[in-house]
Formats: sequence, structure tokens, C-alpha cells
Amino acid sequence: MQSDLPALEVRRLTKRFDRPAVDALDLTVRAGEFYALLGPNGAGKTTTLRMVAGLLKPDAGTVSILGIDALADPVAAKQIMAWVSDEPMIYDKLTPLEYLEFVAGLWGINPKVSAPAAQQLLLSLGLEPHLHERCEGFSKGMRQKVALAGALVHDPRLIILDEPLTGLDALSARHVKGLLQDRVRAGCTVIMTTHILEVAERMADRIGVIAKGRLVAEGTLTELRQQNGRTDTSLEDMFIALVDAGAAAA
Amino acid sequence: MSSAAALTWFARQEIRLAWREWLAMMTGSRGKRKRAVIALIVFAAVMHLPAYAVIGRFADIALPLGKPELIVITATIFLAWALMLSQAIESVTRVFYARADLDLIMSSPANLANVFSVRIAAIALSVTGMALLLSTPFVDVLVVGGGIRWLSAFGVVIAVGLSAAAIAIAITVLLFRLIGPSRTRLVAQILAAVIGAGFVIALQVAAILSYGTLSRFAVLTSDAATAYAPDLDSPMWWPARAATGDSMVLSWLIAGGLLLLGVVMAVLSPRFSDTVVRVAATARPVRAAARATAFRGGSRQQALRAKEFLLLRRDPWLVSQSLMQLLYLVPPALLLWRSFSDSSTAIVLTTPVIVMAAGQLAGGLAWLTISGEDAPDLVATAPLPPARVTRAKIEVVLIVIGVILVPLIAALAFASVTQAIVTAVGVIIATVSATAIQLWFRVQAKRSQFRRRQTSSRLATFAEAFCSIGWAATSALAVTIPVAAVVTGAITAAILAATWKISPRRG
Repeated sequence: MQSDLPALEVRRLTKRFDRPAVDALDLTVRAGEFYALLGPNGAGKTTTLRMVAGLLKPDAGTVSILGIDALADPVAAKQIMAWVSDEPMIYDKLTPLEYLEFVAGLWGINPKVSAPAAQQLLLSLGLEPHLHERCEGFSKGMRQKVALAGALVHDPRLIILDEPLTGLDALSARHVKGLLQDRVRAGCTVIMTTHILEVAERMADRIGVIAKGRLVAEGTLTELRQQNGRTDTSLEDMFIALVDAGAAAA
Repeated sequence: MSSAAALTWFARQEIRLAWREWLAMMTGSRGKRKRAVIALIVFAAVMHLPAYAVIGRFADIALPLGKPELIVITATIFLAWALMLSQAIESVTRVFYARADLDLIMSSPANLANVFSVRIAAIALSVTGMALLLSTPFVDVLVVGGGIRWLSAFGVVIAVGLSAAAIAIAITVLLFRLIGPSRTRLVAQILAAVIGAGFVIALQVAAILSYGTLSRFAVLTSDAATAYAPDLDSPMWWPARAATGDSMVLSWLIAGGLLLLGVVMAVLSPRFSDTVVRVAATARPVRAAARATAFRGGSRQQALRAKEFLLLRRDPWLVSQSLMQLLYLVPPALLLWRSFSDSSTAIVLTTPVIVMAAGQLAGGLAWLTISGEDAPDLVATAPLPPARVTRAKIEVVLIVIGVILVPLIAALAFASVTQAIVTAVGVIIATVSATAIQLWFRVQAKRSQFRRRQTSSRLATFAEAFCSIGWAATSALAVTIPVAAVVTGAITAAILAATWKISPRRG
């Protein structure tokens, strides 16, 4: 289900804390693409995505989600969007299935649709043996998978993930990556921040590099290499060079 | 490092941690040490007034003490001991379950028996220190009014604190052995709540059943109590004697407290590490009763409410924290029951107790539902306006309060319809006030931080308490002296308005 409208269009987005965290950022993510947002610690990645998800109010700028003005009509924007943070926030006293039932209820999904979808999601994430166990005894990786299942159960058109692979073992990370790629193939848009450059390199259609609250480079891996003037360089080398250049320019 | 030096170093570390934990509780983790100390001094100074009102008339009590005086003083000391025991049980369970440093300590090459001995001593020290702090205004009043003989009351507080800590540790370890680690936490916390309130409530229940009054002194000063009390030379009166200046008895008491603590340290410290290991080893997954995997339908608010109810039901720790407030409803309920066969005017007292309980319970529940949201990002990114989220959460508070208090108010209606109406209105206003204050001062937190909710904003805590007391007084006066109720009602409304005016959510 591709759309002509961009999945995310951010214009002059600005947020200041003690210093500018996001500085008049312009960013466009096309519908149906897997977009990786990279940047060093404190570059403004999480702040940007939290503003997009409606968790933080921008000082200035606009945010448009598939044509919906997210600042003017946040409820409509949230209906088609999902957010997963690096620190999985779930309810310890609920089971994974109960958690997904709650999320589906919050998004107003018909139980006849959400119940089988929840079962399928938990199955695909390897959580089937734990369906009726309370989350309080879960490892961080299991909690992250429950949170991810919660984000997917209402079938969002835009999924925003902030460091979703943190704390996951290799098998779990593969499950999650597979699930996200399936969603992208089905027409969903995924925006993900990650410090694991290899993940961005393998999974992302396009990569954006952010430094000091500004987008310093953007494109496919090939385009980034061309921008950097070398075709044989690794993403890690390129990333360091781009961030250094961005910092020097700022 | 020698063994003695290592122990001293660890003791210093424990004291520093205890101090910082206390400071964080006092300042809401904002580290405003100077302000906390100043506030504490002001609070201690102000506390001398109620202390004078409560205890001032006993300061110049003549020696030797008669049985009625000995009974009252002994009962007061026993109450203090019960409260300290309650606090010590809380501290011990926290050491077992909540301290983040146990893995570090257990994996270190230190002698664990020694380390846990220091930790037991630290628990005793913190319980005794807190008791000394709280008792200071009362002892000061007694010393000023009755002379320096009352200074020995501080010694009694120390002896009582040491014995309470020792017994709390013994109870908790015994519970581990009897019912296992997974149940100990819940049982110990319920015990802590029940022990704290139990003695006062038991006295009130006895007073209601025997004399038709809520006054616990009715039992203590009765002829029956004097008749059944042991002889004047009984060791039972030692704490009372020591408090009134008998230095020999005081020495015995302190020695007894130290001996008890020493025995507990010697016997239980080596087993402490086993107990901690068993806590970690038995952290088995909790399975919820498997039900059909079909999801329930309903609105988004219904989903929110269902989640809140489920979380409340599944958290016995939180239930035990609220238990204390509900326990205080037992005496008025009993008084109410008695009033059906007796035309006692004491039934008027049920109104302020019910209203007060509603305010306190609503404050706790409102914190849990509004501030204590464990998945704030999820709820904030859900497609429904924040106002509807808040409304659903407030509805949960109102429903829970209704379920608990409506039967009591309905029973009251059989005794007096007017009083039932006044009580119902009082309950509604107290509940709405407490909930509104929590809403105005909401600070995002984890539900597990419930114990510290009162430290997130001192202002909100005091406002909540004053409003609950104010509405309770107003309700009681509305039943007895309606004109006076207008005055107290206006004062309480003004407090609420002032709280809103200075709240961070205004506007």
C-alpha cells in the first residue's frame, strides 16, 4: 500500500533544551521505505523522533505524517503510527497477551482482528511459551519483543523505533529485523535509529546522518559513498567522517 | 585491609547510603540538602505544639506511678514499638528484595556474615534514629514541663528501637523459612501495615464494644484494665518506669535491646546470604490464569479502565500499602453496627473517619493511576486525547472508592439518612480534591515508587492531608454544628484553591 505522500515530512523542526537539540531540521521519509537515522550520542535523533511521535512539543516547525498535520491533529496521526523506545515500557503485572489486548483496545482495533494478529505476532517473535506469563520476570530482550509486538498489533503505517535492538540476543535481533522487513515489504514505513551501523547498512533503503540537531548527510549507501568521495569506504568510516564534518560546520 | 577496618569502611558506606536514601525521601531526590534540613527543623519546632496538646498534661505526673498511669504509658510505648517494628519489617524486606547492591556484595570476597551484621546494625540504627527524631518533640515537652527525669525517655526509645529491629529481622527470616521467599515479601508488608495500625485499632474496637466510644483511653483507664493488670513490681512496667527516670531499669532495658540485637546478628547474619540467594533463585515466572485468547471489545477508555483495574488487582504490595487506610474503617464500621442496637451519639464520629479515609485512599489511587503509569510513552502515543486518558483514570479512582465506601454509607443511611447524605457528599468532595491535587502535581513515576509518592512534592502531600482533614472536619460539623461547617468548608476550599494557584499544572 504505497502512497505518493511522504510517510514523514518534517520542516524547520526545532527544539531547545539548554542548547539547541534539534536545529531547524528538514527531513523527508518516503512511504514504504526503511529509513535509518544515525548520529552520535546527543545528536538529536531521539528528540526528533519523540517530537514526531507526539511525546515532545517542538518549539517550532511542522510535522506531517502521511499528509496529516501531526501538531494540529495528533490523534489522527497517532492512529496510523507506532513508537518503540530503547527502554521497553510495558506493564510487569500483565501477560504479553493481555498487554497486546490493552494496546489493541487503545487503538480501537476490532478484537476479532487483533486477537489472532496478537497470537501471530507473539508466535513470530518466539514468545509463544510465555503468552500467559506476567512480564515481570522477562529479560530485557523479551520485554523489547513484547513492546515491539504491541507496536505492530494495530497495524501501523509508520513505525518509529529508537534503538530497538539494544539488549537483544542474535536470534531475537534476527526475529525483529525479519519482522520489520516483512512490514516494509507490506508497504509500511519504518524509521529506526541505531548505533549498530551494520544493521543500517544491511536493512535501510536510505540513511540519514544527524549531528548537532541537523541532517548532515542523507541517501542510499551508494549515494553516501559518492557524497564522501570514496566508493570503497565502510559505513563506519563514512559515518565518522560525516559527523566530524558536520560538527566542524556547526 | 584488616577485618576491623573493612567492617568500619562498610559501616561508613551503609550509613552514607541510609543518609542519602533518607535525604532523597525528604527532598524528592532533588538533593536540596539545606532546604531539607531547614524544613526538618521547622517541622520539628512546629511538632512541639501538637506534642504539647497530646502529652503536656502528663509531664508533671507524680511518682510513684499508679496502675492506671503505668497502663497508659506502657500502652503508648508499646504503640511506638509496634510502629517501629512495622518500619523495621519494611526495611528488612527492602534489603532482601530491592537493594541493587546485593549482587555486588555477594560476588565480593568479603566475609558475608560480617557484612550482613553491619547491615542489620544499620537497619537498627536507621529505625532507632527515625524514632528518636519523631519522639524528640514529645520528650522535649515532657522535659520542659516535668524536669530532666524525662530525658531517660530517649533511652527507652533507643531500647525499643533496637528490640524492634531485632524482632523484625527474626520475623522476616522466619517467614522465609516457613512460607518461602516469594510469599514473604507480601506477607511481611501486610504484617508491617497491620502491626502499625493494629494496636490502635484493637484498642478502639475494644472501646466500642465495651463503652460505645472510639476513644482508646476508655479501655486503658477502665477499672477492668486496672483489675487485670499485673502487680506494680512486674517487669511489664519496666519501660514506663524507665521513661519516667528509673535509670537502673533503663540500663537493663538498653542492655536487653543490645543483647537481643547481638543474638539476632550472631545467629542470623551467616544465614542472611543463603536467604538472599534463595530470593534470587526462586524468582520464578508468575503465570496468570490462562483464559480464552479472544480479546474483549469496548471503547478505548474501557481498555484503559480494564488495564488499571487489572493492575490494581494483581499488585498485592500496593493493596497492602492501601490496607492501612482501610483498616481504620474497621472501628467506625463496628460503631455503626453497634448503633443499630444502641442510640449512641458516638455514631457521628463515623462521618469524619469515612471522609478522611476516602481522601487518603483517593490520593493514593490517583497517584497510581495518574502518575504511576509504567508505560507513559505507549499511552501518550495512543490515538486518544490526553483529557480522555485522564478521565478514564479518574473514573477508576471514583469506582474503587465507590465500591469500598458505598456499602458503609448505605448502612449509615439506616441509622441516619441526613448523616449518610452528608457523609456521601463529604466523600465525593474529599475524593475529588485528592484526585485534583494529584492531577495538578503529577510527576511521571513507576508504580513501584509508590512508597515515595509523598516525596515527589511536599506541597501536594501537605495539601492532600490538609484537605482530607478539612473535609472530614467539615462533614462532622455539618452533622452537628452546620454554621461552623461553613467556616471550615470555606477554609478547606481556600486551601484547595491556593494549592491549585501554586501548582505547576495551572494553566
